[in-house]
Amino acid sequence: MATDGLHENETLASLKIEAESLKGKLEEERAKLHDVELHQVAERVEALGQFVMKTRRTLKGHGNKVLCMDWCKDKRRIVSSSQDGKVIVWDSFTTNKEHAVTMPCTWVMACAYAPSGCAIACGGLDNKCSVYPLTFDKNENMAAKKKSVAMHTNYLSACSFTNSDMQILTASGDGTCALWDVESGQLLQSFHGHGADVLCLDLAPSETGNTFVSGGCDKKAMVWDMRSGQCVQAFETHESDINSVRYYPSGDAFASGSDDATCRLYDLRADREVAIYSKESIIFGASSVDFSLSGRLLFAGYNDYTINVWDVLKGARVSILFGHENRVSTLRVSPDGTAFCSGSWDHTLRVWA
Amino acid sequence: MAAGGRARAQRPNLDKMERMVVSMQDPDEGVKMRSQRLLITVIPHAVAGGDVVQWLTQKFRVSEDEALHLGALLVRHGYLYPLRDPRSLALRPDETPYRFQTPYFWASTVWPASELDYAIYLAKRSIQRRGALLDHEKGCAPRIWQEHYDQLQWKISHAWDLVVTQAREQLRAMKQRRRGDRLVITCQEQAYWLVNRPPPGVPNVLEQGPERGSCAASRLQTCKSLDFYKWEIEYARKALGRNRLKSSVCLEAYLKFSSQRGPHDPILSGCLPSNPWVTDDDTYWAVNAPTAATPTRLRVERWGFSFQELLEDPVGRAHFMDFLEKEFSAENLSFWEACEQLRYGGQAQVPALVDAVYQQFLAPGAARWVNIDSRTMERTLAGLCRPHRYVLDDAQLHIYMLMKKDSYPRFLKSDMYKGLLTEATVPVETKRRVFPFMRKPRHCSPSPALPTAGPGGGGED
Repeated sequence: MATDGLHENETLASLKIEAESLKGKLEEERAKLHDVELHQVAERVEALGQFVMKTRRTLKGHGNKVLCMDWCKDKRRIVSSSQDGKVIVWDSFTTNKEHAVTMPCTWVMACAYAPSGCAIACGGLDNKCSVYPLTFDKNENMAAKKKSVAMHTNYLSACSFTNSDMQILTASGDGTCALWDVESGQLLQSFHGHGADVLCLDLAPSETGNTFVSGGCDKKAMVWDMRSGQCVQAFETHESDINSVRYYPSGDAFASGSDDATCRLYDLRADREVAIYSKESIIFGASSVDFSLSGRLLFAGYNDYTINVWDVLKGARVSILFGHENRVSTLRVSPDGTAFCSGSWDHTLRVWA
Repeated sequence: MAAGGRARAQRPNLDKMERMVVSMQDPDEGVKMRSQRLLITVIPHAVAGGDVVQWLTQKFRVSEDEALHLGALLVRHGYLYPLRDPRSLALRPDETPYRFQTPYFWASTVWPASELDYAIYLAKRSIQRRGALLDHEKGCAPRIWQEHYDQLQWKISHAWDLVVTQAREQLRAMKQRRRGDRLVITCQEQAYWLVNRPPPGVPNVLEQGPERGSCAASRLQTCKSLDFYKWEIEYARKALGRNRLKSSVCLEAYLKFSSQRGPHDPILSGCLPSNPWVTDDDTYWAVNAPTAATPTRLRVERWGFSFQELLEDPVGRAHFMDFLEKEFSAENLSFWEACEQLRYGGQAQVPALVDAVYQQFLAPGAARWVNIDSRTMERTLAGLCRPHRYVLDDAQLHIYMLMKKDSYPRFLKSDMYKGLLTEATVPVETKRRVFPFMRKPRHCSPSPALPTAGPGGGGED
């Protein structure tokens, strides 16, 4: 027995050395192709003009911290979820509430709108992702038609429908992501590899539609092949939990927001981090990021109650938006890029344009 | 304390705030210190709120608004406390005096604050109120403290004697100290408890949300077991074999993408007739409805940006289908659509869909036979014995590339597309109404979740 232990220690030590040497070689290979920085290339790009964005709508109705929101494809409706278990569907243009459902759990950290606009998905501390068909029938109780789709062994941190209402991708505090068939609740594929809670995910807008990126408490952002369940690329340059990941509109890169108070841009073809968006005066974590339609602007919501707007190409901060009275927990640009919506622990959502 | 340790790791912002206040107290480079007179006492090492804001403005080269916001956060987290009116942790950018909190009371040092300590603190205040109060304590809201006091008294009644004894002892020790020190210590304590036990209505800055890192995977991570290193090695080996592009090539692509899409980005370039959120006029959405009869010029232009862009737009796809029909290759697009349906459809429908696709597009003599190269066809037909949602991937990709490289460029050069561009509308800009009280009523729109009325219903108006 003693010799087994010794053998395992030697193996562990030698594996560790091998892993580190390979990672070193990988960094060398990546560095060889890094011939220019983004801000250098962007010198010839015209600077952005005066930037004015204001709160155009304030949605009040949640009785507690707003944790997550998602837009409907109709460009005006949104679904939002909060700490007290309430999930509300709003027409944010008129600020009318159209549906409301109370989940049997608190901290509903994930919610998503189905592509058809006919259903929503949500989940949180119940470790599940449930789908609610949206009904206008006064006699029907939304909670009655609820479908339990995903089952994890820890909290649900993020969920997203794929190209249809019939599949859902989830991320969980149990360290895994999973793809589910909505109708049957069957697990279609699971994704293992994160060394800690997975906090966020985003589907790639690629034409072959097969990958997604996830970020976690292990400071890694990982790109997955949906079909095989394999991790195809991993990036580990953040210094703390990655709270949010979002693809650049062309699908060739993605941005991440982290508790280390920085947002970073990772290029998939160059296989490396290509930009850091940070400032000495920004010391609170970024909770949520999203791009404008052209990818020129990156909007990031922070735990210091502000939203910073970054020029993606030049790396400079374009503007800082005040308004929320507690941390900004979620931020999404509308499907047609006319506005973005932010949700906060101050119980409100704001639409900015 | 594992949970506390983990929570600590979650808050790198506390480290940064602490470094900030340390540099603010630097004798040469820090905020200007002064002695503050409070009635008959003089308190040394005080700073004015306005000076704090100025220092932050200069140090970080930010606007005063941002500096004020940052300073306010420092106060709210208890790293600075007001010498007067200590019941609210707010930063006033004027002569209001503040002091830096002693590290003993920093949010990172003593957390979570114990109920016992809080009880002793409340007991002290309760005892003091019957005695002579210091000036600055008079403004405090006694009801809140009393509520807490009663709750706590009930909670730890068995230790209540200890609490009262401790409170009396601490008050007695305080009396030995100089008046100025007493004042400062009281302020420090008060600020500490305002952070750790915020009054109702004040958000708790120390609240973090559900605990992270408690899952099995985290424990595995910290162990750094054999499996962990094996995974890293395998990943590194695969990654070393991957083709990478030079940074210059990748970054140039962003420039090109952004400049092409800039005019189509409503936040950057505005939109015509107007941004609905700004003017309350939703014409923009009506004009750009998914099935609009006459698409706008910008929209038709986008179909030329990429094949994906064309297919994603229902109007674009419909016109492309018309074009393919003229070229007698419409079955390619129909096949691609059917494959998409399979990939994103329900699990239960998979066998039936695969069969339907086979019958319609792949079987020898099929009504809409698609032209796939023999190798792909062989592989696909073999895979059909055990149908799954990805079984048509190869064939779908082949047809997609065929359309993208062949039909799509021809479509863009065609008279049909050129005609669409010329016919496309360019909405006239409408400015925001000048008279704010004449607000336009915001139109409701039918929810996508409403059942469509009938064969004629369901269109956008």
